Amino acid sequence: MKPIFMTYTKKDLINLAVCMVLSVLVIPTFITTEYWYTSILIPWLCLALATIGQQIVMGYTGQLALGAAGFMAAGAFAMFNLILRVPDLGFVGSLIVSGLIAAAFGILFGLPSLKVRGIYLMVATLASQFFIIWMIDKFGWFKNYDSSGIITAQDIVILGKPFTTPLAMYFVCLAVTTVLTLLAMNMARGSTGRNWMAVRDMDIAAESMGVSLLKTKVQAFAISAFYCGVAGALFAFCYLKSLEPVAFDIKLSFKILFMCILGGLGTINGAFIGAAFILLFPVFLNAVGNNVFHGAIDATIISSIEQVIFGGLMIIFMIYEPLGMAKLWENIKQKWKTKISSTNLKSSLSKKT
Amino acid sequence: MVDELLFFMEVVVGGLLAGTMYSLVALGFVLIFKASATFNFSQGAMVFFSVLAFCGFMQDFNIPFVLAFILAALLMVVVGLCTERFVLRPLMNASEDTVLMATIGLGYVLEGLAQAAWGVEVRRLDLGIGDFPVPWIADNLKLFISALDIFAGLVAALMIIGLFLLFKYTKIGLGLRAVADDAGAASSIGIPLKHIMLLVWSAAGVVALVAGCMWGARAGVQFALVDLALKALPVLIIGGFSSIPGAIIGGLIIGATEKVLEVYIGPFFGGAIEGWAPYVLAIFFLLYRPEGLFGEKIIRRV
Repeated sequence: MKPIFMTYTKKDLINLAVCMVLSVLVIPTFITTEYWYTSILIPWLCLALATIGQQIVMGYTGQLALGAAGFMAAGAFAMFNLILRVPDLGFVGSLIVSGLIAAAFGILFGLPSLKVRGIYLMVATLASQFFIIWMIDKFGWFKNYDSSGIITAQDIVILGKPFTTPLAMYFVCLAVTTVLTLLAMNMARGSTGRNWMAVRDMDIAAESMGVSLLKTKVQAFAISAFYCGVAGALFAFCYLKSLEPVAFDIKLSFKILFMCILGGLGTINGAFIGAAFILLFPVFLNAVGNNVFHGAIDATIISSIEQVIFGGLMIIFMIYEPLGMAKLWENIKQKWKTKISSTNLKSSLSKKT
Repeated sequence: MVDELLFFMEVVVGGLLAGTMYSLVALGFVLIFKASATFNFSQGAMVFFSVLAFCGFMQDFNIPFVLAFILAALLMVVVGLCTERFVLRPLMNASEDTVLMATIGLGYVLEGLAQAAWGVEVRRLDLGIGDFPVPWIADNLKLFISALDIFAGLVAALMIIGLFLLFKYTKIGLGLRAVADDAGAASSIGIPLKHIMLLVWSAAGVVALVAGCMWGARAGVQFALVDLALKALPVLIIGGFSSIPGAIIGGLIIGATEKVLEVYIGPFFGGAIEGWAPYVLAIFFLLYRPEGLFGEKIIRRV
C-alpha cells in the first residue's frame, strides 16, 4: 500500500477516523458515569503513552530497560515546577518542556547501553529509577518545600480555559496521546524506526551498514524518556491529581514492563492493548469477587491472585507467543481473512461450474 | 583521632557484615547462572516465598523450627521442579532475554502465591540470635557489631565452602561445570540435563531460604524483601555473574561502600543514598570492567 500522507496509508487514515469517531463522539455520548473517565479511560491513555515509551526502547531498539516510572516521576515533577515557577509557559509548553527534561535524564541513564545489554543494562536503568525518586524526595525544592509529602497538582488551564471536569481531562489526555501516538507510528515506520530495529536485530550488522549505534541508542532512550515524561505529567495532573514520589516506585515500572511485553513487543497498538489488559483485569477480577463470591474472598487475596495470573500469563506468552497480544490479534484477523477469501473462492468456483 | 578511626572501623565492619547478607542472595543468582547461563530474576521472589513459607509453617501450624525449615526447603525443591518442567524446558531454545522475562513472570507468580497462602502482614522471625551488639567485642575491641551480622557472616562462609567443595570435588559438581560450559556437549556425553537443572534450582531455593531467614530476622518477613533482593544485582555486576567468590566479594564491597558513603557523604545530601549508591557503583563497573571482578570474559560487548 502506498502512503498517502507521511508514512500513513489509506488503511491507517481509516483506522484513525474510526478511533477518533469512537473516542470523541461515541464514548462521550454513551458513557456518562464519572468513574469510567477518572478510573479507567484517563489512566489507560496515560499508561498507554508510557508504554509506548517503553516500547520504543525495549520493543523497537531491543534494550532491556526498567526505569519507566522514574522518567514519569521526572516528567510529573518538572511539570509541577514549571507551572509553579514559569507560569508564562502555559500547559502545553510546560508539558513539552517537562518531556524534554525527562529526555535529558533518559540520555544520561541510557549511556551505559552503549557498552552493555540485557540484564546488565537493566541494572543500569534501575539506577535511574532509584536515583530520580530519591532526588525528588530529598531536595525540598522539587516539592516546593511542602512537608506533607503529597502535593496537590495545579488545575489544568489551557488558553485561559480551565479543564477540570473528568470529561475535559479525558479530552486533554486524548489529544496528547493521539498526537504522540501518530508521531511514534511515523517514527517507527520511517528511517528512525528502521535504525532502531536494525540495532535490535543485529547491532554489528547495523553498524556495518552505517547505522550509528551511539546516535540510534541515545535517540531511542531520549524519545522513550520524553514519552514517559509526558505520560507521567498527565498521570499526575489528570489521574492522581497529586504528586508524590511513592506513586512512581519500582512497581509502576514493572507494571509498564508487563504492559509492554504482554501487549506485544515492537508494536504501537500492543501498548494500548497491554495497558487496557493490565488496567481492566483487576477491575474484572474484583467484580467477579464481589458478584460471584459476594465478597467472601479477601481483597488482598484477589490482588495476590491477580499477580499470579499476570506472572503466569507472562510465562505462557514467552513460551507460546513472545510477540504478545498484538500478534494474537493479528493472527485472529489473518485467520478470518483467509476464511472469507476461501469461501469467496469456493462460491465463485461453484458459480462457474 | 583514635575515636574517629574506631568509628570508621565500626562502619566498615558493620558494612562488610551487612554485605554478606547481599552475598547470600547473590549466591542463588550465581548458582543458576553458572549452570544454565540464565539470569533468574525471580531469586528475590524465591527469598520472599521461602522464608514466608517457613514462617507460615512455624507460626500457623506450630511446626517446630527444624522441621519447618526442612519442610520449607522441600517446598523450594518442588518449586525448582515445577520451574524446570513448566518454564525452563519449554524455553530451552529461546533467547536469553526471553528467558529473563519469563523469570520476571515467575517472580510475580511466586510473590502472589506466597501472599495468597500466608497473607500480607509483616511477620516476625526469631532465630534466637539477637540483632544487638555483642558485649564481648564491645568491651574488648570497642566495636559495636551485631550478633546477627556475625552469624550471617558465618553462615555465608559455611555455604561458600560447601558449594566450593561441591563444585570442585564431586561428580555432580563436574557435571554442573560441564553443563555451564556447553549444555549441548554435556548432554551428548550423557550428563542428565534435567537432573542438573533440578538440582541447581533446588540448591538456589535452599540458598534463598537461608538468605530469607537472615533478612527476615533483621527486617521482618515482608514484601520489601523482594526490593532488598534487587540489590543483589549490583553485587553480581561487581563480582561477576558466574563466580561464587565474586558474589561474596561483591557483596562485601557493596555493603562496605554503601555504609561508608551513607555515613560520610550521605549527610550532605539529606541521607538515604544507600538506595541508589550501589547501582551507580555498578554502572561504573559496567563502564570499566563489564565482566566484573571475577567473571569470565564472555559478555558480549556491544
